[in-house]
Order: sequence, then C-alpha cells, then structure tokens
Amino acid sequence: MIAELGLAVLWMAAALAVLQLFAGVVALRPGGAAMTGLVRPLAIMQGVLVAISFLALIDLFLETDLTVKLVAANSHSMKPFIFKLAGTWGNHEGSMLLWVTIMAMSGGIVALVEKRLREDTLIATLAGQAFVSLGFYAFLLLSSNPFERLAEPAPEGAGLNPLLQDIGLAFHPPTLYIGYVGLSVAFSFAIGALVTRDVGPAFARAMRPWVLGAWIFLTIGITAGSYWAYYTLGWGGWWFWDPVENASLMPWLAATALLHSASVLASRNALRAWTVMLGVIAFSMSMVGTFLVRSGILTSVHAFAVDPERGSFILALLAVYIGGALALFGIRASTVTEGERFSLFSREASLVFNNVMLCGTLAIVLLGTLYPLMTEAFGAKVSVGPPYFNPVSAIFVIPMMLAMFVGPLLRWRHDKPGRITAVVAVPVLLTAVVLLAVVLLAPDIRILPTLGIAVGAGLALASLLPLRGRNLRRTPLSVYGMVVAHFGIGVALLGAASESAFSTERLAAMNVGDTQQVGPITVKLVNISPVAGPNWTALDATVTATYEGAAAVTLHPQARTFSSPPGERTESALYTRWNGQLYAVLGNEGEDGRWQMRFWWKPFVPLLWLGGLLVALGGFLALLGRVAHDVRRLRAGGKIAYRKARLEQIK
Amino acid sequence: MNQIKTGGIKPKHQRLVLLVIALAALIGAGLLAAYALSNQASYFYVPADLMKDPPEQGRAIRLGGMVEKGSLKTRADGVTIDFVVGDGKARIPVRFTGITPDLFVEGSGVVAEGRMEGQAFIADNLLAKHDENYVPRQMGDMTEAQAKAVVAETQ
Repeated sequence: MIAELGLAVLWMAAALAVLQLFAGVVALRPGGAAMTGLVRPLAIMQGVLVAISFLALIDLFLETDLTVKLVAANSHSMKPFIFKLAGTWGNHEGSMLLWVTIMAMSGGIVALVEKRLREDTLIATLAGQAFVSLGFYAFLLLSSNPFERLAEPAPEGAGLNPLLQDIGLAFHPPTLYIGYVGLSVAFSFAIGALVTRDVGPAFARAMRPWVLGAWIFLTIGITAGSYWAYYTLGWGGWWFWDPVENASLMPWLAATALLHSASVLASRNALRAWTVMLGVIAFSMSMVGTFLVRSGILTSVHAFAVDPERGSFILALLAVYIGGALALFGIRASTVTEGERFSLFSREASLVFNNVMLCGTLAIVLLGTLYPLMTEAFGAKVSVGPPYFNPVSAIFVIPMMLAMFVGPLLRWRHDKPGRITAVVAVPVLLTAVVLLAVVLLAPDIRILPTLGIAVGAGLALASLLPLRGRNLRRTPLSVYGMVVAHFGIGVALLGAASESAFSTERLAAMNVGDTQQVGPITVKLVNISPVAGPNWTALDATVTATYEGAAAVTLHPQARTFSSPPGERTESALYTRWNGQLYAVLGNEGEDGRWQMRFWWKPFVPLLWLGGLLVALGGFLALLGRVAHDVRRLRAGGKIAYRKARLEQIK
Repeated sequence: MNQIKTGGIKPKHQRLVLLVIALAALIGAGLLAAYALSNQASYFYVPADLMKDPPEQGRAIRLGGMVEKGSLKTRADGVTIDFVVGDGKARIPVRFTGITPDLFVEGSGVVAEGRMEGQAFIADNLLAKHDENYVPRQMGDMTEAQAKAVVAETQ
C-alpha cells in the first residue's frame, strides 16, 4: 500500500511539473497573464508531493518491506536502524528519488520565499526548474522505479555492501546531493534571467543564497567524504583523485567561482554574462558528476551498483539541458549589456583572477578525469593519478591562493597599490620565512608540500587582515564569513601539506607482545581476539600507543567479516592528538603466526578536515548574514508600505 | 564613471579583454593538461605487452594478470611478498610490501599499480576483486581475453 501510494504521488508530482512548465511558458507570452498566478502554487504543491513519495520509500526501508524489489535488493532485516534509513539512498533508484525530492523541494522554497526578483523572471526560473526536473522524473518513472514490487516476496533482503555500512553513508551522499541539486536552482535562475533579459544585481542577489547553500553542502560533503575514505579504506590516504571524487570536486570549483562572480554582480553590477555562464557550467558539472558516478564508465573505487544504460540516459539529459542552455546563452549573450567597469587593480579584478584560476583548475581536473575515456577510444587503457593532478593543478591553485592575500583588502572599482603594500607585506614575509625554514630544516621534502606549508601559513594570517581596523562588533556577518572561509582554506592547506611532507609509516609483522616505533609513538600489540557485531564478526587487535612518555592509549583496529552480503572490511583505528594522528590497521595473519600491522603517524593531518569545516562554517556565516539582511529589508519594506497605506487612509 | 583609469586599456574594450584573458587561461590549461597527461598518465599492461614493448624504467604503470599458483612467497620481514603475474604468454615477477587485499589469492586476477625496476615489477598498490559489486574494469576485460588460460590454471 505504501509503495503504491509513493508511486502514485510521484506520478502526480511529475504531472504537476508538466503543468508548471506549461503555465510558466504561457504566462510569459503576451496575453498569458491569467496563468501567472498558477506557477507558484504548482511549484509548492510539487515539492510537497515528492517529499511524501520520498517519505514513503524511507518507510518501506525502515519496515524492510521485502515485497518491494529495491528493498529486497539492498536491505536486510538484521541491519541496524541507521543503515536501514541510509540504505534508502545508498542505491541507484533511491538516490535518484532523493535527487528529485531535493530539486522539487527547492523549487517549492523558491516559489514560497523569493520576493525581490521581477515576477516574470521568477516565473521563467520556475518553468526552467520544472523543465529540468521533468527529465529526472522521466528517468525515475520510466527506467528506475524505486517502488517496483516483486511477484513473490523475497525471503530475506540481500543486504547492503559492507563498505557502505558506515555512519558516513547517512550524511555524505545527502549532503553532496543537496549541493548538486542546489546548483540546479542557480542554473534555473540563470535560464530565467536569460529568457526575460533580466541579468542584473537583483538576479544575482536572488541566486546568491542558493549558490552559497549548495556550496556549503558541497564543502561539507567533500570534507566528510574525504574523512570517510581516509578511515574506511585503510589506505591512509585522504584524496585519491578518483573519478568519483573529482566528480564532487568539479561542481565545488565551479560553485566557488560562481559564488565570487555573483557577489561582484550583486554588489557592483559587473561580470553579468560571465556569472550566467558560470551558473550553467556549475550545474553541468553536477550532472557530469552524477553521470560519472551512476554510469560506472570510469573505473572507480566508488563503482557500486552501476549500470551503463542508465549512464546513457543521464548523458542524454546532460546533452539536452546543457546544450540547450549554451544555445540560449549564445543567442542571448549579446543582449546582456555590459556591466560597470573597473580598473585592473581593484576588488573586481582580483575576483576575476580568482575566477579564471578556478576555471583553469576545473579544466585541469575535468581533462584528467575524462582522459582515460578519450584514450580508450583509441584502444589505450590509461589511468591518471596524483603525478598528473597534484603538480598541474598547483600551477593554478598556488597563484590563486597568493592572490587571496591581496584581494579581500582591495576596494571596489579602483584602488592604489600603495594603500595596502605595508599590510600585505606581513603575510608575504611570513610565507618567505616559513619557506626558508622548511627548506633549511627539512631539505628532503618535495617542492609541493614545501610550498603548501609556506602558502598555507601565509594565507591563514592574510585571511584575518580584512578585520584589521574594523569595529569587530559592527563588522557584517558576511565579512566574518569570508574571513573564516579563507582562513579555513589556509588551515586545510597546512594540514594537507604537512600530511604529505611529514607522515611516517611503519609496516611490520608482529607477534603478540611486540613493540614498534612509528614517528614519536611507540605501539605495542597486546592481544588479538574475535568479537561479534550485529551483522559481522571480526578479529579485534588491542594495541597500546604511547606518545613520548605520555600515558598509553588503547586502540582497536579490526578486520571485519560481514555475513549479509558476504564481504570483508578493515576497520582502522585512530588516535588523535593536537599535533597529529596515529592510524592503525590490522592485516592478515602470516604463515608463521605473526600479524601484519600497519601504522602511520600523520602530523597535523586533522587540520585538513578542520579547515574544510571552517570553510563550510564561513559559508554558513555569510549565508546567515545575507538572509538576516534580506529579512530586515523585507520588514522595513513592509513597514514603509504599511505607513503609506495609513497615510492614504488618513488623507 | 567611465573615466576611471584602466591601466592603459580603453574602457570600451574591457569586456573583450576579460574574454581574452579567460580564453587564454583556458587554452593554457588545456595545453598544459595535454602535455602533462601524455607524460604522466599510467598505462595498463598485461605481461605479454610488457615483454614485447617495455616501458621506461620507473615510469608509473599498471600490470594486470593472474597470480600464478605456487608462486606466492612471503619474505622474512613478514610484510613483503613476491609472486609471479602471468597471462599465459609471459610471466613477470612482482614484489609488493604491504597488506594484501582480502580477496588476493593465488590463481585469481590482480591489477598492480607500480613500476618496472630491472626485470621485476615493484607494486605500490594491489587491486583485487573486492566483492561482487566491485571488479576493476580492466580486470573484467582481461579475464575475458584470457578466460581459457584462467580455466586451465584453476583446474
């Protein structure tokens, strides 16, 4: 019953999306004003219906209704509650329903709250949103129905892939999806503004919270995914330049560029066509990302439940939407009038530099990710990894970070270099000193980590400078947001560079009672014993770790064996100190009875994820500041209107 | 407003200048990527290819094939293993230091990431069939091409 309800509601929502598109198109034509009032309620209703459908699917998974094909294929009655819940989106159909749900709900929210945009632009935006979601409704309803019943109920579910049975699954995919889909709203705004020839500050201000929100979620999703891969894969690495990781990084890069160019458009009415173009690119990258993840066309450790046919469907959607948007852009770009001008030394110019460098990085990552596909057409199988991505992207990223020293200190429109030279000298000097110190004290470190440490330290200091000389209580929240986010980038860079420069590894075969030294830490294998969990059994190693004479800490790395479905997973154990992290992995038992153990001491590596969270926090502060500002303005506007009405009455 | 100095560029050309900068950066990125990719991409080899057309020493490559039965030996340190990867036509000795993946066993397929040093392949990382849902795609291709050899080896 629940499954039928979910499916029926989903069909109704798709029908409403058709209506929403139709009403929007008619309303924008001359004489179609009668339809204008319909579009907003349709968008809201559509959001509500899809949400009901998604709740129905969650309910099926929580109950483990084995008459439903998707549940039988992906869930298991013995699975812990949180994984039953997360299993809803841990598969293809469920994750596409999540995608449509987020898309329709954000459309509903736009319809509900957006008041500043010109009405015709808003209607064009909502029609665009309906058009984009229709493709995904078709995909879901025609080729991946999540509510399909089995002719005969399965006796038991097939379970969830052991690698996915992790708390990370509950958070990582939904946050990334919210980010991906949030960019679809930016895309729709860009289309709407192009259609009604309304590319201007109002459009940028309406779009900015959505870009900011999507960007925050992408940042959290990438940070959480990186940490998840770090502790769950047992390789001790935090970024593998895997196609699927790149698929989340590319929309982030585009969204970061869009965020900055939208802020130029909103405050200074410049970079108009550029911002619209970035809106299109950002969502294209989301779709490319979904395509790479879902099609399995590239070899990836993330390749769970992939299906080439579905890949071609997404590729077709990609071609229709992005091709259409680019064509529209080509036709209308000439009607986008040129914005305000600025000098070569100004805040705008520094943001243009930031945008160009981000797009360059994006191009590097995109080409590297797709290169194996291109060579495969010629019969050569290649894979592209860190030896390509690290140095080549650094060529764009390091200059951009150096520009971040200066950019936030500049004035809009035109500035004089002499005004800020003395201020910028401080972080530049720090960078030089750190560089010199690293080169002298640790000469055998490679060039990229060395540069990373120096620039990271300089950036962390430089990011605080925009607060200099301000009244800290009266500084707007959005400025704090920028400061915190830039500071976070510096911190993350420090963590990443320190990890790759100073990590020490110890791999050894140990008897119970043996000790090993890894960096400053002495580890001792105390015991190995079997333990059992709800749906797994494991070998559990008891390891004590002592940091230079401090009290010993006990860790429990495990090798887990899952029963439903069968599978194995190493469960690493972490010991975090303020100055680094010990990472312990239990391997196989050798023929001589010794146990393979692997330890890393990674100095300051937690700074990496802390930095990522700071970046997200910065985005959140900025969003809060913007929204509070808008609410205040709306209230003030309401008061003025009320007073005017009173005045009229009195007259 | 429009009288602001723009560093010697006529204000009316600003949009053009922006466009040129953006295009130059993108083309630069493209050329850079093309150059770096041709040098840094790691190619996939089976033992026969490796014998016929050996890559330069130390270049990152990947080697795919079957772990020969009876070839797997653990060294005295307990963490370094030697084994032979074969494809029915050629055999390559492989050394790996680390914890092997769970499903890495003699007689099954493997993809090793690493480089040639002398006549031996030094692996930094081993990819074995993880579970039913994750098979390195190259391994799928490889086993298909050498299905007969595999059957012969495993029987």
